[in-house]
Amino acid sequence: MAHDAHNLAIFRGLLKFKSNQQKIWGVLIFLSIVTTVEVVLGIVKPAALMNSFLNMKILNWIFLILTIVKAYYIAWDFMHIRDEKGGLKGSIVLPLLILIPYLSFILLVEADYIFDVMFNGFMSWNF
Amino acid sequence: MDLTAVENTEETNVWGGGERPLKSSYGKLMMWFFIVSDALTFSGFLVSYGFSRFKNMDSWPIADEVFTHFPFLHGVDAPMYYVALMTFVLIFSSVTMVLAVDAGHHMQKAKVTFYMLLTIIGGAIFVGSQAWEWKNFIKGEYGALETKGGQILQFVDASTGKRIAIADFAVEVPTKRDIHQASNGIWYDAGSSLPSFSVEEVVKGFEANNNLVIKSEKIDATGHKVILSRDESLDQIDTAVAVVEGANLVHNEYGNRLFADFFFFITGFHGFHVLSGVIINIIIFFNVIVGTYERRGHYEMIEKVGLYWHFVDLVWVFVFTFFYLV
Repeated sequence: MAHDAHNLAIFRGLLKFKSNQQKIWGVLIFLSIVTTVEVVLGIVKPAALMNSFLNMKILNWIFLILTIVKAYYIAWDFMHIRDEKGGLKGSIVLPLLILIPYLSFILLVEADYIFDVMFNGFMSWNF
Repeated sequence: MDLTAVENTEETNVWGGGERPLKSSYGKLMMWFFIVSDALTFSGFLVSYGFSRFKNMDSWPIADEVFTHFPFLHGVDAPMYYVALMTFVLIFSSVTMVLAVDAGHHMQKAKVTFYMLLTIIGGAIFVGSQAWEWKNFIKGEYGALETKGGQILQFVDASTGKRIAIADFAVEVPTKRDIHQASNGIWYDAGSSLPSFSVEEVVKGFEANNNLVIKSEKIDATGHKVILSRDESLDQIDTAVAVVEGANLVHNEYGNRLFADFFFFITGFHGFHVLSGVIINIIIFFNVIVGTYERRGHYEMIEKVGLYWHFVDLVWVFVFTFFYLV
């Protein structure tokens, strides 16, 4: 096993750690900050972020992006994908990156359509 | 011994793990296979949750109004705090896991043991918290009425907008109920348990209390549940057919029953992963203590269970977002 072959830089080389352990703590701090921001936004719900953008609230877009950022750092640093060969990286991430958005896209568009049909078709919400 | 197998060096190099595809061992690759397929299973669950939610976009329960409990703070409205705490516990147990993997690379048995123990404790706290969350969800807090169309009618104070429990206003109506007994029916068929109040009692109490109005499932443009006027409420309450207390797979006092179904299935499936992760971690923990990996010469097993453990954390990040935040 390549013991000391850890890539110790995160944020595209902006932050370099001296040892793997330091990097772990660094990533923990980053993940905690992101989670805290999410929780604070979820409790405060700033009015400015409640406007809709591409059919979804800006706040929800922020949550979605922050979640993917967290997922990236968990996979890349905790699961050591950063240290794997390019071929393995690709074969793990690409199937998920292609299939999940595809599945979400078709199902959510379909659900939105069903919502419209029910919304326009029913006179009462309780019957 | 004469019977020792002759080692074919060339074969060992190609198939015995000597030459590893993608510089990754067999075990690690298989763990990745499992994780990718499991990730797709979870995506299937979460996307179908999204489907139901988009389909019922204007009546989906609001998570902040459902998960409001925090241990030892009774009656305090504390949405989000408890799950945030659970998230931190899980992330932290992920960190101790990476530290164990790192210590394993340096062959430090004592450190691996210590970090594995912390990871197990973190996982156990998380599973326990989830059980508590389930308990509150199943028990319910205020109770509600369900209409013939399957809609949930909740009750609020007209002046303050605060939720009122049905126990606070229902009046007692003396009724006679024949208890179904084994002696007068099918022997294995027991009478189903009744809710604490009958529909009639709740309706009577509602009519007597002028300050009560109904909160419907519908969401208005500002993202709040629509509260009916007193007259509309009196109209709607006649459509009620059942009293609902708490949530199960069939009835759900918080709103759309699909919400409860998906909550049970997705957090349950995730909780099952955490539970099995904890059990696997305990097995590995004892292996570390008895020195299995010391004799094997490497601690790669820690890395493999570590991958699984981080994956569980990764899934929780998404469950947290889609169930509690969005």
